[in-house]
Amino acid sequence: MSMLEVKDLHTSFFTPSGEVKAINGLSFSLDKGKVLGIVGESGSGKSVTAYSILQILTSPGRIVSGSIKLHGDELVGKSEEEMRKIRGNKISIIFQDPMTSLNPTFTIGNQLREAILLHTDRNREQAEARAIEMLQLVGISEPEKRIHQYAYELSGGMRQRVMIAMALACEPDILIADEPTTALDVTIQAQILELMLQLQKELGMAIIMITHDMGVIASICDEVIVMYAGGVCERGTTDAIFYHPMHEYTRGLMRSIPDMSDDDKTRLVPITGTPIDLLHMPPGCPFAPRCDVAMKICLQEKPKEYWVGRDHLSACWMNVKEGTCFTERPEGEEAEA
Amino acid sequence: MTFTPNPEYLVQVSHLKQYFPVNTGFLRTTLLKAVDDVSFDIRKGETLGLVGESGCGKTTVGRTMLHLYHPTGGEIWFDGKKIEGKETLREYRRRAQMVFQDPYSSLNPRMTVADIVAEPIDVHNLCPNKKAREDRVRELMSLVGLNTEHATRYAHEFSGGQRQRIGIARALASEPEFIVCDEPVSALDVSIQAQVINMLEDLQRQLELTYLFIAHDISVVKHISSRIAVMYLGHMMELAPANELTRHPLHPYTVSLMSAVPIPDPRESRKQQRIVLQGDVPSPLKVPSGCPFRTRCDRATAACAESCPAMREAAPGHFVACHNV
Repeated sequence: MSMLEVKDLHTSFFTPSGEVKAINGLSFSLDKGKVLGIVGESGSGKSVTAYSILQILTSPGRIVSGSIKLHGDELVGKSEEEMRKIRGNKISIIFQDPMTSLNPTFTIGNQLREAILLHTDRNREQAEARAIEMLQLVGISEPEKRIHQYAYELSGGMRQRVMIAMALACEPDILIADEPTTALDVTIQAQILELMLQLQKELGMAIIMITHDMGVIASICDEVIVMYAGGVCERGTTDAIFYHPMHEYTRGLMRSIPDMSDDDKTRLVPITGTPIDLLHMPPGCPFAPRCDVAMKICLQEKPKEYWVGRDHLSACWMNVKEGTCFTERPEGEEAEA
Repeated sequence: MTFTPNPEYLVQVSHLKQYFPVNTGFLRTTLLKAVDDVSFDIRKGETLGLVGESGCGKTTVGRTMLHLYHPTGGEIWFDGKKIEGKETLREYRRRAQMVFQDPYSSLNPRMTVADIVAEPIDVHNLCPNKKAREDRVRELMSLVGLNTEHATRYAHEFSGGQRQRIGIARALASEPEFIVCDEPVSALDVSIQAQVINMLEDLQRQLELTYLFIAHDISVVKHISSRIAVMYLGHMMELAPANELTRHPLHPYTVSLMSAVPIPDPRESRKQQRIVLQGDVPSPLKVPSGCPFRTRCDRATAACAESCPAMREAAPGHFVACHNV
């Protein structure tokens, strides 16, 4: 059994102008010690997925249906009090912007201690010792001095390290990283990614890495989910997604990123059109209006997820037409096209 | 110091300095050296990429070049003329334009698209009558792939990619020869990014434009630029043809910068030898003596603390500022 299992999740925001279906039937599972990447454009539902798992959605958003199971234990429908025991303890999150996710009026140490005191039976002194230990773990120099400092006294990379220390203080089973390096420079990004991988190995937790950067996905993820308009386009192992993309959207994404190893400046092939308006979802495949090879059926009926390899699923009618997909999980090596 | 313009170059920047006074205490100010002694030239019709981490002064270079800030020191030459005095500046401002990073805050929410695009036309009196102005706005909008029927709409009715197109149309309105593009695609999604990059390339060919392309995304800069300049803490570290700089960087900072760029290819990524820099960028108020990079450099020697290395040509067309290369 997988550690985290999400089945047919639907999350909507009920705005005055109508229901915005931010997540539209999302299913995936996450095993212990794995790094799962969720990639997609803004508005594809990446962050809402994270917020749904932790149930930190703000009104008017709520989970409409579906199931989220942690170690077989259903999270949907749990009371706020029960969820508080899970947040920061079993599942932790690091937010995109380390500038705004730390409280400017409390010291770093104060904020680190808060999570430790809440979830463990350590006393104040032990919690302080643990806070110092965590800061050391994430590579912050002079942690005894740092715990008395405020967020504004630290650089962006340092603040993100503090956020990671805070998220890991209670040794969670799952760490959700919501664009943890987007606000950082590349050299600092490299430091943070390296640190996350090293801690993941040391502590044996699973990571859900939410990002829009294919480079970040390629460098740290084992598995990838490609999202578009609140649904899964394609999911599979990182190699399968990068080397055998089966969904037209994934293929389009790959074509539109400039290739560093290309010295001839080959013209980019962009995806035409603009992202979909979630208030007015078409009946068929949400990507169909921007897809170059869309067929009649794509506009009429939403494609289901089919197996296209041993560890690879795709929801594209093109796979059905070309006969490159299976309804059952294929066995054997030859299945990987 | 005398400076002689070279007709081969459209824009020449020589020993540009831009200092900002910062309040650091009661009645005390410190000079923040955002750009310190930077020199480079841009050929007619080429794209010079400018990369560096946040706070390195790349945006300040772009803004100072257009005299949006009055330079503290140094000279800017455009098309064989030194930019000084009201008359040359007025002419220069028509021929040199800027595209801003944030398509949300750089468009006035109270103006219609037509008025935004036509503002440079009005400022420089480029259209004799209303009809000509209207036609020109339509022409500009279709040039950047916007629906001309949307001319009476307001900026908030458009998506990020479309807003950036409006910003580009505005920059093109005064028929410039030189455009400073300050992170024009960083706020956009990858699929939209490619659309805007292709459009900028098409416009360059069509209108014979010269670009200074400022960005922190090295793969984007490599794709669009013919040469790339690397900045760190207000100083220029390296300048070389785009392929040369990304393949064979010489400066230790550029080497680590290139190795930190995540490659969107899992197999290549596993092979990648990352040089992870230790520590953070020092505060621009307290730039280290000598070479600004020496505090994070693994090849730093005593000489690096004493004097700031000058730019020199290490290979034909490849300039680097380092004592140890």
